[in-house]
Amino acid sequence: MRYLPLTDGDRTSMLAEIGVDSIDDLYADVPPSVRLDGLIDLPLHQGELEVERAMKQLAAKNLEAGAAPFFVGAGAYRHHIPAAVDHLIQRSEFLTAYTPYQPEISQGTLQCLFEYQTQVALLTGTEVANASMYDGSTACAEAVLMARRVTRRKNVVVSGGLHPHYREVTKTTLRFTEGKLTPCPPAPDGVEDLAGLIDGETACVVVQTPDLFGNIRDLQPLAAAAQAAGALLIAVFTEAMSLGALMPPGEMGADIVVGEGQSFGNGLNFGGPNLGLFATRQLYQRQMPGRLCGETVDADGRRGYVLTLSTREQHIRREKATSNICTNAGLCALAFCIHMALLGEDGLKRIAQLNHKAAIDLAGKLQPVPGVEVLNKTYFNEFTIRVDGRADRIVESMAGQGVLGGVPLSRLCPDREELADLILVAATECTTDLEMDQLAAALGKAVAS
Amino acid sequence: MNRQGRPTAPGLQAQGANESFNTHTGHRGLEHEEPVIFEQGAEGRCGVDLPDPGAFEDCLGGLNRHNEIGLPGLSEPQVIRHFVRLSRKNYAIDLGIYPLGSCTMKHNPRLNEVIARLPGFANVHPLQPVSTVQGALEVIDMVAHWLRALTGMPGIAMSPKAGAHGELCGLMAIRAALEDRGDARQKVLVPESAHGTNPATAALCGYRVEAIPANVRGRVDLGILRERLDETVAAVMVTNPNTCGLFEDEVIEIAEATHAAGAFFYCDGANFNAIVGRVRPGDLGVDAMHINLHKTFSTPHGGGGPGAGPVVFAKELAPYAALPHVNAVDGDYTLIEHQAPAAEESKSFGRLTAFHGQMGMFVRTLTYMLSHGADGLCKVAEDAVLGANYLLARLKDVMPPSFDGPCMHEALFDDRFLIGTDVTTLDFSKALIDEGFHPMTMYFPLVVHGALLIEPTETESRDSLDEFVVALRGLVADAQSGNTARFAGAPYLSPRRRLDETAAARAPVLRWSPPATPEAAE
Repeated sequence: MRYLPLTDGDRTSMLAEIGVDSIDDLYADVPPSVRLDGLIDLPLHQGELEVERAMKQLAAKNLEAGAAPFFVGAGAYRHHIPAAVDHLIQRSEFLTAYTPYQPEISQGTLQCLFEYQTQVALLTGTEVANASMYDGSTACAEAVLMARRVTRRKNVVVSGGLHPHYREVTKTTLRFTEGKLTPCPPAPDGVEDLAGLIDGETACVVVQTPDLFGNIRDLQPLAAAAQAAGALLIAVFTEAMSLGALMPPGEMGADIVVGEGQSFGNGLNFGGPNLGLFATRQLYQRQMPGRLCGETVDADGRRGYVLTLSTREQHIRREKATSNICTNAGLCALAFCIHMALLGEDGLKRIAQLNHKAAIDLAGKLQPVPGVEVLNKTYFNEFTIRVDGRADRIVESMAGQGVLGGVPLSRLCPDREELADLILVAATECTTDLEMDQLAAALGKAVAS
Repeated sequence: MNRQGRPTAPGLQAQGANESFNTHTGHRGLEHEEPVIFEQGAEGRCGVDLPDPGAFEDCLGGLNRHNEIGLPGLSEPQVIRHFVRLSRKNYAIDLGIYPLGSCTMKHNPRLNEVIARLPGFANVHPLQPVSTVQGALEVIDMVAHWLRALTGMPGIAMSPKAGAHGELCGLMAIRAALEDRGDARQKVLVPESAHGTNPATAALCGYRVEAIPANVRGRVDLGILRERLDETVAAVMVTNPNTCGLFEDEVIEIAEATHAAGAFFYCDGANFNAIVGRVRPGDLGVDAMHINLHKTFSTPHGGGGPGAGPVVFAKELAPYAALPHVNAVDGDYTLIEHQAPAAEESKSFGRLTAFHGQMGMFVRTLTYMLSHGADGLCKVAEDAVLGANYLLARLKDVMPPSFDGPCMHEALFDDRFLIGTDVTTLDFSKALIDEGFHPMTMYFPLVVHGALLIEPTETESRDSLDEFVVALRGLVADAQSGNTARFAGAPYLSPRRRLDETAAARAPVLRWSPPATPEAAE
């Protein structure tokens, strides 16, 4: 077995050193009735060649995004990842290190986290950020829990433009706690009266921009209304790249900003692992969930970094911790950090513009297709179209033509019959003019049939 | 000694030599000082080449970004150098033994990394039509099958993103099942040796947490557990093997007592590496258990994740598992993402994450499983246990173990061997850094004084274990012979010396800020 260094000779002499006859003696504390006397019924070990062959066969059963005209988004986006990113995150010292509990020999990971936290704060227009959450949806749920700690109120108002997965994860997380969660119905035009739902019991309002349907929301009036009522505004995004073009939520008055950071440095990976971004006002930093990296000095007075404010965390506070999170998304945060470093100010702004331009071009090509209507007045790199017919069948029909043409809303909201003719369509810097034409053709054919 | 007659062995003298002169750059040989990336940028420089989008009319509704973001501009070579230099300030399993108890820092096979990057896995979107992702669903189903077979438990939830997330999944299923039978219970019993995530998770599920003390043998005190078990207890959460590195030899009695009280038995599977292939938790009476794929199944820790924490369930809890589920019928895979309105068989408590779980980790895990097979996984457990007991045997005359008998995959010591010295567990562990090792887990579990918990894993060679023993025995001798100068304030030979954590927490600096300029100060 190539991963096991001990030889049979080692095993024999080590058992002798321990003073037992066989390995079974070391399992003496296992009750005899539950000791297995043979192997579990699973295949036996294989060499690299055989395993690689088997895994490649499985991979070949998937249609990968690069092999078809691709317009799928709704919370995970296909972007070009510079080659340097994957090279660097595969450095042994990053890839095979543990959580940086021993700062003297973890300064690499820690300084990267410090830089990442700074990037996230800058991008979201807030003051401080944590060292990552699992994904945007769990970051959203944690933000709600935090808002309840900060305000000591229980009730939550949720926009109908929040990604349904995020809404469901938040609902699940709150399921066994007190308080009322008021979700608004999905509004494809992005118009809803959230301010009217805020009252003296409201802990927070959760609103996404660009929203589920792609509409860009002005959070400023809502921030003012929340603040006036003593509630917090939680701003959510599922496409971090939009922050390169849009007024950041923190600047619009959001108290907590959370979202999905996969677009920077991280591949689609069938939806996991991802990267939850979490940022807020400095005022609330001690109520944040998750790891925080902070600057300090070492015994020689040199600048260095440590995990800090850990008295909020489960390994110290146990049942009184701000969150149960332990392992988070460190390597995904590193990938984000490296991609952001490569882009810099100019690169980020430009790639955001390229995404937006691609979506505008795509909308221009889809609008003339008979039986297709582009709904959005505002959008970043994703918008909603209404089609003549059932969206799920049309998307399936396009897949049959080799085009991955978007996400039918029914996939996310199967109980909403009024959304059954809507498709979310995304374009990024990866999308070519040819692919847009192929989508327009496939869509036209699918709608007509 | 080298040719100049200076000592080459690490120690205080070498440290003295290091401090005897300052370099002009601040670098020390291959040890480079590296500024924060924000201190290295230049306007107009960029590490990617992107086409000019040209002029166009935007559709952002007037909500454009007006202000500068504040990101530095760097070229690719600068970015590469920055992160490579930073990487060299990290310890890693690829550099040496990483003996963190209850963390299972084993070798991460590189085949796993190659396979996870196949475009057919890495470049697939979670919301593509199911007909175009049959291979991805098959991977999830295969990992689920292996995990069910290895644990002897019929139900599974694959989506939890890490161990603590798995605990949440397990406890939520338990609470949903209890509520379904109209049984409101208020508390969860957790041994005092448990990981902090256990009580934190129970609290998140709305439960009160009650600690169960350990007995003199380092196991759950069965007598006290029985006294505390009543109709108010929803679940008992036990880590087995436990964090003292011991198998809970009364685990069957624990399960029976728990079930007799109408409660569920949750097992924290963080230490599954000790028993994989040799003992099935389902046979022990476990009702739910999360499995850290980033521990037992070798997916890399990545400096703090991503992990993955699928949860296996006994039959009674299986219907309550988190969404989504993968269903397989004659090689045709479907994905159940939503609760069917009237489906009796599914009573899922809901969704725990966007999408379907840590696919990237599933691919690595399956690669690892196929590489080892049933036979290899059994050997994994055996060699892990053998390595830990070998360390115990080689150390016990100078570092008395906290409990008698063989250990499982990790060995627990306390600070009795440091009594009478002025060396603490912390100093002792930090001195290991100067010897070239990552310290063991210290001050955990809380059931012994000044704990030192050592988990070598099965991927350490005998030579590696022996070298670690030499370091530990040498340090014990130093401490006990009064040669303690090297301990106070250790480490001396690391990229940074001990860091001021108190100052970091008192006035937290969580982000870089530009130095104040005279204008800004006005």
